Amino acid sequence: MLEITLFYIAATIALVATVLAMTRANAIHALIYLIVSLLAVAVIFFLIGAPFAAALEIVIYAGAIMVLFVFVIMMLNLGEKGDQQERHWLQPKIWIGPALLVTLLFIELLYVIARVEGPVSVTSVSAKEVGLSLFGPYVLAVEIASMLLLAGLVGSFHLGRRYLDRDGIEKEGEQ
Amino acid sequence: MEGLNVPLNHILLVSSLLFAIGMLGLMIRRNIIFILMSLEVMLNSAALAFVAAGAHWGQPDGQVVFMLILTVAAAEVAVGLGLVLQVQKRFKTLDMDHANRMRG
Amino acid sequence: MLELIWLIPLIPLCSSLLLMLTAGRLPRLLIGYLGVGSVGIAALLTLAAGIHFMANPEPFELTLWTWMQVGNFAPGVAFYFDGLTLVMMSVITGVGFLIHLFSTEFMEKDTSYARYFAYLNMFVAAMLILVMADNLLLLYLGWEGVGVCSYLLVGFWFQNSANGQAARKAFIVTRIGDTAMALGLFLLFTELGTLDIQGMVAMANETWQVGDSIPLIACLLLLGGAVGKSAQLPLHTWLPDAMAGPTPVSALIHAATMVTAGVYLIARTHGLFLLAPTAMMVVAIIGIATSLMAAFTALMQSDIKRILAYSTISQIGYMFLALGVGAWTAGIFHLMTHAFFKALLFLGSGAIIHCLHHEHNIFKMGGLRRKMPVTFWSFMIGSAALAALPMTSGFFSKDQILLEAYQLPGMGPWLWLGGLLGALLTAIYSFRLVFVVFFGKANTEPDRDTGWRMAVPLTVLCALSLIGGYFIIPVEAVFPAASGEHPAHWVEYVSISVPLIGLLLAYLIFHSRQLRVDGLVGSRVGQLLRRFWFSGWGIDWLYDRLFVRPYYELSGMLKSEPVDVIYGLIVAINQTLNQWLSEAQTGRMRWYIASMVFGLVVLISLALQISPEVL
Repeated sequence: MLEITLFYIAATIALVATVLAMTRANAIHALIYLIVSLLAVAVIFFLIGAPFAAALEIVIYAGAIMVLFVFVIMMLNLGEKGDQQERHWLQPKIWIGPALLVTLLFIELLYVIARVEGPVSVTSVSAKEVGLSLFGPYVLAVEIASMLLLAGLVGSFHLGRRYLDRDGIEKEGEQ
Repeated sequence: MEGLNVPLNHILLVSSLLFAIGMLGLMIRRNIIFILMSLEVMLNSAALAFVAAGAHWGQPDGQVVFMLILTVAAAEVAVGLGLVLQVQKRFKTLDMDHANRMRG
Repeated sequence: MLELIWLIPLIPLCSSLLLMLTAGRLPRLLIGYLGVGSVGIAALLTLAAGIHFMANPEPFELTLWTWMQVGNFAPGVAFYFDGLTLVMMSVITGVGFLIHLFSTEFMEKDTSYARYFAYLNMFVAAMLILVMADNLLLLYLGWEGVGVCSYLLVGFWFQNSANGQAARKAFIVTRIGDTAMALGLFLLFTELGTLDIQGMVAMANETWQVGDSIPLIACLLLLGGAVGKSAQLPLHTWLPDAMAGPTPVSALIHAATMVTAGVYLIARTHGLFLLAPTAMMVVAIIGIATSLMAAFTALMQSDIKRILAYSTISQIGYMFLALGVGAWTAGIFHLMTHAFFKALLFLGSGAIIHCLHHEHNIFKMGGLRRKMPVTFWSFMIGSAALAALPMTSGFFSKDQILLEAYQLPGMGPWLWLGGLLGALLTAIYSFRLVFVVFFGKANTEPDRDTGWRMAVPLTVLCALSLIGGYFIIPVEAVFPAASGEHPAHWVEYVSISVPLIGLLLAYLIFHSRQLRVDGLVGSRVGQLLRRFWFSGWGIDWLYDRLFVRPYYELSGMLKSEPVDVIYGLIVAINQTLNQWLSEAQTGRMRWYIASMVFGLVVLISLALQISPEVL
């Protein structure tokens, strides 16, 4: 029973943290809430018998990717002026239309989900099984994923390098 | 460890809610950083649905797909944040409504 | 010797091309030598060919090369030379040469001297191709060639828009006939598989019986072409207007040669027409109707060239009558004599117009007898021949036509009577012209008399008009022999006496004024008839109302492109839709995402509607 209670608590935390993350004006605050949300999802993963997924969620999502966000936000140095602007953009007249649309979508999803029955799992799926199927039937997907990562690497390097280079040139010019 | 008797549709409900919130964020935020965050939320919700489905059948495939989603998210964030830097440099703002040169 | 007949059309053609390509940069004297000389050489060659042919009167065929080869359709550039061709060629080159010579003086002050001779030479070449052609397609080439030259020469003084109008009218009206003729050629080719005239006629005689419908249709279509080119009812309206061209052009094209092309065409394909007696009847009726209509109209005209134009229409009507009753030889004979005396009359009128500062109205002339003796005598002789006074050339040919018409079973005597009435009118109007222009009080002083280059052609044509009747044209081998019977003597006496009566009437009315017709003309009916005939029986008016104006109105309507409105609507709808879609392309990312979500909502709801069990 404890686990079930834990699940509902984790789910609530995840939802609330996500809502808060979406509505914050300050990017760093939002990011922290997002990390909380990701951690809560990791807890859910753990509870439904996917400990490897939970570990990856924490290490890569909450760790690596969010740290990347933090770096970029710090580089941009948005400041108080940006926060005020964000608050100004978050007036009800802006979000009421999209909210209706999303509600509609959510109702449709509910309609579909309502037919799903049964418990989640009885046994957990170990990291070994995941690894075996990753390098067994899914090896091609792994290769594609690696290509994607390589493309992401090259792309971000290209975009970021030009930004830094120009910055450097300007600074040299100032000196 | 042992799994739980959480009904699958409850997890899917959480996942859909997360997806809806992410989508709402995508639509209402103008700051490109928040747009990227919303995307992360949506990807995460999809991953949650996959893992839950995999757990339901007791198969590893759900977690395999989760890992693929993870790589997609990582690559997307890397390129997306590179673009954030460029946007900031070009437009001196992160407001995506200013980047509307593709107006028809 | 006859192998060289291809030179005859080639020389004027070369001269024409040379004149066109040099574009008037040659000295005037050289232009004159080229223009006249080329036709002169052609005339000499024709004479030589004629002498050769007389010694050995066998039809001669000369194939130069295959024009085009499409399946089994292989018309050649081939010439056919027989008695009929010889007569036509002699007229074209002989009369043509005289008219060219005349033109050198008539046009001497004109700035477009080279252009004039280029057109005229090209006309001679095209006309020669027309009459020498061995197949109907080559004939059609010449046919259209002369049409083009006629158009160019009628509109020669194009600076005046009325002349351009007249040229267009001539071209378009003949085009109607030409279209019919082209259809006739198509029909003959599909039915017989050849356009070679001799082979085609022979095959037609094998394939069809007399009175079959296909030769009838083919003949009527060919007749359509002939009617258009020869200015017969109902397509005659262009010829009076074609007088807008220089007078020697009228003499050459619109009196002596081109307008008789229709006569030549029917004579050349007479083997076909013999298979269709109905078509021949139509030819005869068109001929006599045109002849009378034009004669009445000529009686009322005051423009010297229009009188002659209507007279030409009327005389070609006689030729058609001759062809229609089967008097082929007489028809061609009349063609030749008519070429002589009508060219003479036209050149005479050209001389008058030249010397009277381009005056056309006969009532402003008068008393020219003493001042222009050469012209006076040529007009006297020409009119006598036109009126068919005994012993002139016109007498022999017209008499022959009338006698043969009389002998036609059935309608013969009626046609003869119509012909007689026409002859009477011809005599009256031709001598009315003479009396009004050359006798009486002088109204305009001529500033000069004719030079030798005008006088020589006039004199030669005078001689030809007088003695032309004694020529024997070598066409016995071409046409079936005439019946050879002679009608009763009184018929001949009447035929001879009618022109004399006409002359007497003209003398009494227009010269001695002993016969007063003012009362008759002044009456209501007289006035109405006068106006009716003066306007050429209102046919121009009728065509104007029936075809020209509706056509203009239709074009006016189409000018605004009513069909385009539909397409314009399509364009407008597309533009509006495009604008709407462009509006959707805001460049705002949130808007795109919202659209995507909206689409997603719609799609999912649709999918749930269609197959809920799948989800």
